[in-house]
Amino acid sequence: MMTTKRAPRAQVVPAVIVAGASLSPIAYLVVQSTSRGVRPFVDEIIQQRTAELLTRSLLLCASVTVAAVIIGVFAAWVTTLAGLRGKVAWTVLFSMPLAIPSYISAFTWVSWMPSLSGFAGAFIVLTFACFPYVMLPVMAVFSRIDPSHEEVAMSLGRSPLITFFVVTLPQARRATLSGALLVALYVLGDFGAVAVMRHEVFTWVIYGAYRSGFNPTRAASLSLVLLVLALALTAAESQARGKQDKGVSPVRTLLRSGQSLAKVRALAAAVSTVIIIPSVGVPVISVVSWLQRESTRRVDTSDVVSSAMTSFGIGVAAALFCLLAALPVALMSVRHPSRLSRMLSAATYVTHSLPALVIGISVVYLGIRAVTPLYQELPMLVFAHVILFIPAMVTTLETAIEKSPVRLEEISASLGSSSVATFIRVTLPLALPGLLAGSALTMLAAVKELPASLLLLPTGWDTLSTDVWRFAAVSDYAAVAPPAITIIVLAAVPTAILGALSSIKFKSDS
Amino acid sequence: MHRTRTWKLGLLTSLIAAVAACGGSTAAPDSTATAGTTAPSGGEITLYSGRSEELIADLLTDFTATTGIKVNARYGDSGETAALLLTEGSNSPADVFLSQDAGALGAVRESFSTLPDTTLDKVDANYRDAEGKWTGVSGRVRVIVYNPNVVNSPPSSIDELLDPKWSGQVGFPPTNASWQSFVTGLRVLRGEDGAKKWLTAFAANKPVAYEKNSAVRDAVNSGEVALGLVNHYYLYEKIAAEGADAVKAKNQYLGGGDPGGLVNVAGVGILKNANNSSAAQVFVDYLLSTEGQAYFSDKTFEYLLVKGETQAADLPALSDLGAPAIDLSDLKSIEITQELLQQVGLLTK
Repeated sequence: MMTTKRAPRAQVVPAVIVAGASLSPIAYLVVQSTSRGVRPFVDEIIQQRTAELLTRSLLLCASVTVAAVIIGVFAAWVTTLAGLRGKVAWTVLFSMPLAIPSYISAFTWVSWMPSLSGFAGAFIVLTFACFPYVMLPVMAVFSRIDPSHEEVAMSLGRSPLITFFVVTLPQARRATLSGALLVALYVLGDFGAVAVMRHEVFTWVIYGAYRSGFNPTRAASLSLVLLVLALALTAAESQARGKQDKGVSPVRTLLRSGQSLAKVRALAAAVSTVIIIPSVGVPVISVVSWLQRESTRRVDTSDVVSSAMTSFGIGVAAALFCLLAALPVALMSVRHPSRLSRMLSAATYVTHSLPALVIGISVVYLGIRAVTPLYQELPMLVFAHVILFIPAMVTTLETAIEKSPVRLEEISASLGSSSVATFIRVTLPLALPGLLAGSALTMLAAVKELPASLLLLPTGWDTLSTDVWRFAAVSDYAAVAPPAITIIVLAAVPTAILGALSSIKFKSDS
Repeated sequence: MHRTRTWKLGLLTSLIAAVAACGGSTAAPDSTATAGTTAPSGGEITLYSGRSEELIADLLTDFTATTGIKVNARYGDSGETAALLLTEGSNSPADVFLSQDAGALGAVRESFSTLPDTTLDKVDANYRDAEGKWTGVSGRVRVIVYNPNVVNSPPSSIDELLDPKWSGQVGFPPTNASWQSFVTGLRVLRGEDGAKKWLTAFAANKPVAYEKNSAVRDAVNSGEVALGLVNHYYLYEKIAAEGADAVKAKNQYLGGGDPGGLVNVAGVGILKNANNSSAAQVFVDYLLSTEGQAYFSDKTFEYLLVKGETQAADLPALSDLGAPAIDLSDLKSIEITQELLQQVGLLTK
């Protein structure tokens, strides 16, 4: 289905601009880290403490990824193949950690167990925050699995457990790997949980070099190491992933016979409850219980409403501009595949592995020098959010646009429609569901986002996330509760819809 | 402020609509640039504040009422704000930086203009920058807070804390900036090896970590631990809130130049590239005026640094404390302090 026709200039020019803008933080990092020359940069990195930092970061990253894969695959099994009642409800519950920012979840753990810190604390918070990234793609595979393979295995005398590991799980290898990569990148880039837990991994040390060392050169050098690490992980994943998962066939899954699984189901429900308690129960119950605590300040409803409006407005702007920026890149890479279009698409993806704090700092550095009048104005914050969230948007749009057959566009063009008219009348309606989902997720991410907002918000403004951070910094949890609850509620609605939709969609497939 | 915010969000929304209607240009909108910067010059300053909004918002209101100068305040952690100023460079919108501690002021001192002598002369030379780049506004002393029901004779030096009899009996706040400033002071006064030696022995004596200073103070007051390393004013806050009879804990001041008796300051400097340096100067002078000093004395129980101002709370005189002599700008090496604390196991696990 390749169209070899060259991409129209109307796509190429904006796509190149967007890719260039996405790479701007890396330009900053290179300039800043080598500002005293290449030799000091090398000396900064080649040190015993960098090796220790690398070990600690990789250890946390690997531990959380393994744990999240185990829980995520289990959750995917529970919500598809296990045959539990209330699949939709389980899916929604298991998706909920996506609605709770890691810093809020970390605060709830610390307020509940003040002695929790370091590796253990970061591991717990991040594992329970991240497993849905594995669950969602694996669910998609499990719900389409051809049961005949399992039935053959079981008829040959294999136990259900062995059947699952030998027959079912390998079919979801690719989905599991892509979920694991998302978790690994999330852990490397997360700041909230490791900062609250005081675990000295890359993001915390980068922040320390910036905030306590007043040493932007060291912060930038370590950011580059982190970037290389993340790129290596991404490359390793695409090597390991190989081609399509085997055995995923369009054969409709038959309803499974239930008799032998009664005990397994009871056990599955029990284990699921044990997972839901720390991942959703602890944060939600803690946050609500904070409302009862004494506060040294009065939190006006109007303040929370005003912050919520700001968060919502910024979220909508971030989603819209992200969509507009991602569109030419995604259109080009799907409709006019070439080395250039692949490079542009990859360029938007590179910064995915940089912590939001680093992107925030680079936008401050470049923005105040390049477009001084816009500094600390909303457009610059929205710009940072676009850079932060464009990778997910490009990926979503590429998948969505692929669903619109190129033939239809060609017919439209042959009937004399302009390319813009064809896009609006043909491509857009077919890609709309993916486009809306991508926008909703971007909005959510922008509402939860903290470090770039702290750096770039106009002076005197607050968002829900900066309110949470400000009050939590002085341990005034009673004041943290209203904005934290508002974020969770705002985020829970689209998350619940996402979870319910994927559950219902998979069910109708089967 | 809220009206401006609604207005700007409205503007942003209409921009989105306009851009969407134009069919997808990705150019960044620039018409918000002039929003909010239309006030006449001479009447407005931008303040970067490392002290919290809760603490100084009323002071800023009083300042504006007295001088007619409007203050746009951007609040943040002192260290983060200093780092932001360094990243912004000469284009920074800030006119004034008010910091919670001297270390953050030391980090950005190259970006400050030199304050006039008339301003500097108000403050004792120990509590301002050696070259006049910034000046302290209010001071705080590190003390050992103790519970007299548990302890008859509290330690008079940090080295006595290393005695095995205090094992498991000393509370401290590992992430707190003032505690870390004390450790930085220890490094400056005793050198890296001397500081590491003390910290290693301190860590071996099983000190008890608390989330913040007030939690340390409360643990001492309740007898949970015998001693705590905090700033002097936490005790006075509790007395003001609960009454002198309800509070058992007392402050032990460490004299004789002991590193544990460090005097740190909150201070202020004017940026070289300030848009409105004359109004910024008015602000600095207001902080050092009788009105400004009284605000800190009443509200924070800190030491007043301006000569001749009388303290509200019943504090021992600053000059009688025997605090260690230190150049406060040297307190900026916080990152090295944090690395040292990590090494000896007092910050992370």
